[in-house]
Formats: sequence, structure tokens, C-alpha cells
Amino acid sequence: MNFIDNPRKLRGFEKNLKVEKVSRRSILKGLGITGGFVLAAPVMSRQAFAYETGAGKMPHGVVVDPRVFVAVAPDGTVTILAHRSEMGTGVRTSLPLIVAEEMEADWSKVKVQQAHGDEVKFGNQDTDGSRSTRHYLIPMRQIGASARTMLEQAAAKRWGVPATEVKAVNHEVVHSASGRKLGFGELAAEAAKESVPSIEGLKLKDPKDFRYLGKGQVSIVDLHDITTGKAGYGADVRLPGMKYAVIARPPVTGGKLVSFDPAEAMKVSGVEKVMQVRGWPWPSKFQPLGGVAVIARNTGAAIKGRDALKLVWDDGANGKYDSVAYRKELEDASRKPGLVVRQEGDADAALKAAAKVVIGEYYLPHLAHVSMEPPVAVADVKGDKAEIWAPVQSPGGTREDVAKTLGIPEGNVTVNVTLLGGGFGRKSKCDFALEAALLSKELGTPVKVQWTREDDLHHDFLHTVSAERIEAGLDKDGKVIAWRHRSVAPTIASTFAAGAKHAAAFELGMGLVDMPFEIANISCENPEAAAFTRIGWFRSVSNIPRAFAVQSMVGEIANATGRDQKETLLALIGTPRIVKPAVKDMWNYGEPYDSYPIDTARLRKVVELVAEKGEWGRQVPKGHGLGIAVHRSFVSYIATIVEVAVDDKGKLTVPRVDTAIDCGTYVNPERIASQIEGAAIMGLSLAKYGAVTFKDGKVEQKNFDDFQVVRIDEAPLVTNVYIVPPGPDTPPSGVGEPGVPPFAPALMNAIFAATGKRIRALPIGKQLEA
Amino acid sequence: MIKIKINGQEQSWDGDPDLPLLWFLRDEAGLTGTKFGCGQALCGACTVIVDKEAVRSCITSINDVAGREVTTIEGLHPDGDHPVQKAWRQVNVPQCGFCQAGQIMQAAALLMENPKPSHDQIREAMSGNICRCGCYQRIENAVHLASTGV
Repeated sequence: MNFIDNPRKLRGFEKNLKVEKVSRRSILKGLGITGGFVLAAPVMSRQAFAYETGAGKMPHGVVVDPRVFVAVAPDGTVTILAHRSEMGTGVRTSLPLIVAEEMEADWSKVKVQQAHGDEVKFGNQDTDGSRSTRHYLIPMRQIGASARTMLEQAAAKRWGVPATEVKAVNHEVVHSASGRKLGFGELAAEAAKESVPSIEGLKLKDPKDFRYLGKGQVSIVDLHDITTGKAGYGADVRLPGMKYAVIARPPVTGGKLVSFDPAEAMKVSGVEKVMQVRGWPWPSKFQPLGGVAVIARNTGAAIKGRDALKLVWDDGANGKYDSVAYRKELEDASRKPGLVVRQEGDADAALKAAAKVVIGEYYLPHLAHVSMEPPVAVADVKGDKAEIWAPVQSPGGTREDVAKTLGIPEGNVTVNVTLLGGGFGRKSKCDFALEAALLSKELGTPVKVQWTREDDLHHDFLHTVSAERIEAGLDKDGKVIAWRHRSVAPTIASTFAAGAKHAAAFELGMGLVDMPFEIANISCENPEAAAFTRIGWFRSVSNIPRAFAVQSMVGEIANATGRDQKETLLALIGTPRIVKPAVKDMWNYGEPYDSYPIDTARLRKVVELVAEKGEWGRQVPKGHGLGIAVHRSFVSYIATIVEVAVDDKGKLTVPRVDTAIDCGTYVNPERIASQIEGAAIMGLSLAKYGAVTFKDGKVEQKNFDDFQVVRIDEAPLVTNVYIVPPGPDTPPSGVGEPGVPPFAPALMNAIFAATGKRIRALPIGKQLEA
Repeated sequence: MIKIKINGQEQSWDGDPDLPLLWFLRDEAGLTGTKFGCGQALCGACTVIVDKEAVRSCITSINDVAGREVTTIEGLHPDGDHPVQKAWRQVNVPQCGFCQAGQIMQAAALLMENPKPSHDQIREAMSGNICRCGCYQRIENAVHLASTGV
């Protein structure tokens, strides 16, 4: 089925994806027996693939070794390791599926096992940046092909025939000349003795023979466990003798404990101990904030005990952080020249000469991740050994940080990766695991540290807050001849180094300096902004404010020139070409530009596709409006059309969303659709409600009542997803994050179409009610 | 001593009678399928069925359910094949999956009360359950499917 023609027919199928009754011992007799021989990273082959990725430049690079990732048991069960973290994208299914595809394994006989944190053994494990499929499609295919080749070689030897005469087909190796067949299980022991073939000599499957890749017929491996309550998240780990802890942390970032009185807390039934937790000065990357822990026999008692603590804090230098005042500072800064980070032509002169200048000033507040599973971790520290169970996006980084924090060798730390109850970037920061490690060390028992929702909101590594100002100069025909974009926002670098005030290259590269429009005079500037709280990655990061500003401005230009939004957008994108921005250290999501250039033909294509499928220009009822936006992020191209309805009281609903995505070669279109559907909801949440605000240095929001997210009764009634079919050599690109950025500006453009009101500051809140 | 029946089994508790049922289930009884999401009955992740009604176990004290029958996701169906569970799998609802036990329990309670809910009724009944991944469209479709026969 061509997925693009029938996006609504997304159906799973009921299939038992797990093979029960497999003993661990039998698996160990398979390929996995030899363990950790690691090939030099990165291993890429120009001969086999027409593109390269940035995978090799990630910490610890890539490991391509079937003996590390694949085991075949004598009963035929194939175990494939998932070395990336599952937070809802489906990666724990998709990467092993690639191996199974190339290996000719029957998916119903495949068992997925989660790898622990060990980047020397497995290669980079940072599950962020929408990188997993992009970086691992090639290596996983190579691993699968290696395993298949070893099985084929073993069969050929057994039969005494040349290896070229045998072929693996659906969990068997077949010698068609003689009609002989051997199951994978029967070959496991001999295949394990075969040498691992060289990457260069591997024969990869012809994509036309794919059974699983690109088909969308395989459900996630955890589906049954999730629907029966058996799936194991971080919070679900229980160890014998384990204690339950919650921690009172300094309410202001960088604050310190002055004194505490545990007496009332100790009277709470079930509370066993109250103890101080070591904190680090701000900023110190992901180190714990410190505070006072209440240890109890269950979490409920620990929470009740914490409520009874008497605590005195010194708020420190950030105690004056105030979101109202800070917004004014950012907006003032956006009106003055700042560090020039991209310059082409002479934007100043062109703006002065322009027949018309359209100015848009946009403001987007801090956002919290609020994954449904708040941060939580279990640690068991005994002597100089530590074992962690945690929902972390960065198992390798967690291992390093636990070792450093406890002052023990990294080899003495085991990080077990549970399922993540959502991540969105929050769980790339392992502070909660470090807290558990510190407490377990002192208590001498296993301990679970549970964050409450209030803790999560008060001590998040927040999405930045930003002022974006764009001036577009138009000539007398309405053509845009000048573009100046100033982006002012506290940087994630401030979480790593005190006093960082300019965006890092990776932040500049998310929608500011990589702006793809064909305009002769461009200036992108980044005035200074100081941070007063912990800033971190949030799904799609700086792309949120940049896409919001750029794509809202397209709508404003359309309005100023009396032209159609889509036509204005295509005119700005300009001719099909490879954009070469005049930028030093162009980040490009860590990818080589040759393989992943800014290709305006692909950008145009998603706009045209969504316009066609989403029926751009269709008649909509009174009070409804259509808006469109496109954005390239994580080297994927995504365009979204939102239909909005605003009633006479200003109540907003979203009857329909259409999104087209070009993410290159893809693995599981069914999960791509789910990511895009979810991105629309997250985009609507941040547009309608998303704001974390500070007063006296403290976060004002506490829980889902004052940090609201969209609920089912506000969700779009229909979300259609169209996936651009890849060319034969189109490299894979990101899926998890890119759906978010275009949603909010498409919604703003739709609201303008419906009401004539241009919303430039998020969240919408009550702005439509006025 | 408080006695309650959980998934058909008698359980007892002689600790703090104000302990939220959620923490008794998760930490004392080891039934971790029921999730903690907010602690304030705002997100529905902790939803269980008490007698025939969906309740938020995070604000329900164990004393409040004394002598009553509690069903958690683990006890919804012996093989995990309740029509709602089957529908959830058929529609491929979950992303991260963390909220889904609460969603499924809420949906199961809805169908006990109203076997053929309209789409509007589904949306209303499910509006107390947050999914941050944004699986709502599929949740709605799955509840509808469960009500029409999987």
C-alpha cells in the first residue's frame, strides 16, 4: 500500500509478538555467547550507501557487531537488543525490526531485550535529537546482514556447499538446489563460531524485498504489557528492602537550605527517617539541587511527611526572577542590535529602502515537559558498586554522572533502563537518578526517589522563554527583499556554564540561521539573555519559538500584501535549490551537509502535498479559518494545515489537522503517524495553555490545574498524516520532534483567517475572549 | 484493621487509614499497573474501579474503600482480553503507555454504565484522563470500537 494515498487506514493487527517460555540459558548459547567484541567506530560504507550521517561523531559513536546486538537460541528465538530508550516513539520496536528485517528473522520469533547503559559496548545511547532511526538505520541493517551471513555460512559448511548457494529466508537457511533447510535455531551454535564478516563485503537486502520496513504492520513490542498493566516503568521497580523517598528541594534555582525541623514529619505514620541531601551550586549540569529527604515505608507516607517538614531556605541570587519584568527585558533587547549570526546582503539598507516594512514581535514563555511519569529512580548502592533503575533518555550519560557523583569507577555502575512514561527531553537529565544514588549510599538500602507533579513543575529543566522580532522589508510589488530576525532567549548552555548569554550553535541552528527563504538581504541576530533558572531541551527545542515567529510572519506578509498564505509561503521559499546560508559553524543537527542539505524542493513538496491532500482553500463555515506553516527541523520537512473554529465567546476548537512529513527513508509509518498526531496535541497544548511563570524566583504553577495541557474533549477531531515516499537513497531523518514546531504558527494563521486577530504572544489564554 | 477486596482477593491494612489507595496498591500490595501522575485527581493516571465506578485512587483514602471491591488494571480481565484492552491493541493506541491503565479503567467504567456511548459522550467521560503523548484520537476510536464489538 502506498501510505500516502490512504493515511487514515492505519490499522494494527493482533499478533502475539512475543515468544514465551524461552529460558535465559538457551539464549546465552546463541550468538551472544562471545560477548563484547567491538569494532572500531564509526563503521560506515560509502559503497553500500549513498549518504553519511553524523552518528560517528556522537559520544562513543556507533558499534556494528552482531554478537553485541543479536543472540539466537537453539529453539530459534532471536533476541535483539534495543540500546535506545523507549519513551513513546516506538524506537524499542523499530530498531530491532530493522535488524530482523535484514537478518530474515521472523518477527514473531523475535524477543526484544533492553540494553543497559554502556556506550563502549553499544555505541551512543542518547535517545534525543530525533536521531535514533536517522543514525541507526544503516548500522542496524549491517548488524542484521552480518548475523544473516554468519547463519548462511554455518549452513553452507554443514552441507558442504558454497555459501553463495544458500540463502536465509524467513528464519531458515535454504539450499534450493537440494531442497535442504535448516532453522536459525539449529544453526545457532555453529553460526556463533563463524567470523563476523567485514562490513564492506556485506550484501544488504533489496528494499523491494522488505517484509517489515516501511510497511507499518508491526505493533510495538510492549503493546500487550501496556494494556494489561505489566509494562515496567521507572516508578514500577520494586526491590527487597527498598525504601521510598521524596525530597524537599530549594524553591528557587541556586537556593540553599538554611535549617530544617524534622519533628512533625517523624510523627507521620510510616515515616522512618529525615535526612539532608547534598546539593550542587547552580549551574552544575544535571547535579542534584539538594534539600531534605523524607524516607518512608511507602510513597504516600513520604509525601505526607514532607508536607510536615519545617524548612528555611536562602533563595540566593535568583530570588528576584520575575516573568513579567523579564519579558520586558527580552522584548527591549529584541529591539536593539545584537550579535550577528548570519548576514547576507545588507538588511539595514534594504529595510530602509523598502516600500513597506512588516514587523512582528513574538513572545513565547517557558514550558514544562510534564511527562505523565514524573521523574523517578531506584538506586541500590553497596560499597563502591551502584545499580540504578531509571527511565532515562541517556543511559550512558547517567552511568558517567552516577560514577562521578559517588566517586566510583564507571565500570562499577550498572544503569538499567526501564520504559519511560514520556520523556520529551526532561529525562535526558539524570538528576533524579543521582539523588537516588546519593540517598541509597547513605541509607545502605535500595531506595526509590519519587518526584511529585509539583516537584516536576518546580524543578524542571524548562524550555527557554523567548522574544522573537522579525522585520520584513517589501518592495513595491510585495516581494520580500529584506529580513531581519532577532531571537533573544536564555540558552541551554547556561545550565552547563555560569554566565552563558548567547545561544549555542545548536540553538542558532534551530530555525534562526537555517531560515530557508530566498531573500537577498538577511540579518539574523542574537542579543544577550541571562538565565535565572535551569534551561533544558524540550521536544523540538528552539524550533518552537523560531518556527512560530517565521511562519507567523509569513501569515502577516500574506495579509499585508493581500495574498494567499500558501502562495506567499511558496514565494518566500523560492526556487528549488540547496540553501547555503552564510553561517560559520552551521550545526545542521550534527549531520554532514552533503547528505542533509536544506533542500527547498523538499520543503516546497511538503507544502504542496499538504495543500493538495488537506484541501487548502476549501470553503469553511463562518467562524472557521485555515492556517498553514512549514518548518524543517531535525533534517525533516513538515508542513501543517490547521482548521480552527472560534465561536462568538472566543472558544477555540480544532476540527481538522493535516500534516505532510518528508522524513526520508522510514521504518514504521504507523509510528510516524502516531508521533505526528501527538505533536499536534502537544502543539495545541503549548499554544492554548503553555506557560511556566516565575514570581520571586519561584515557579507559580503547581499541577495540571494551573499548568494545563489539552484533554481529549479539546483534541483535534481529525488529524491526517501524509508521508512523502522516499527516493532510493534518501537518508532517514527525524520524526519524534519535527511535528511540533509548525503546529502553533499554523494555528495562529488559522485564527487570523477566522477572526482577523493576530496572536503574537503565547499562550492564547483569554486573548480571543476580548 | 481495614479490609478491602482487590481484584477478588482480600487485603488488609493496619497503617495510616488516610493513606491514599494509590500508594497502598503500588507500594504495599505491589500492584504497580495503577500509575501516579499528579496526586490531585487532575490527570486520571491512577484510575481504578471501585464497585462499578471509576475513581481516582490518588485522592481516595484506603479507609474510604474499606469493605468495598477494588478492580485495578491487573484484575480487569484474567487474560488481558477485556473488550477495551483488545480495542486498545487493535487501534495501536499507546505511545509511552504510562497513562493507558488509567485510560482503560476509565473506558471500562464508562462502558459498564453506557454500553453504546456517542463520540461526544466518550470525549466527556474520558476528559479527566490526560495523555501527554497525545493519543486522544486513537483513545476515542478504541472506546468506540470496544463499544461496537472488537
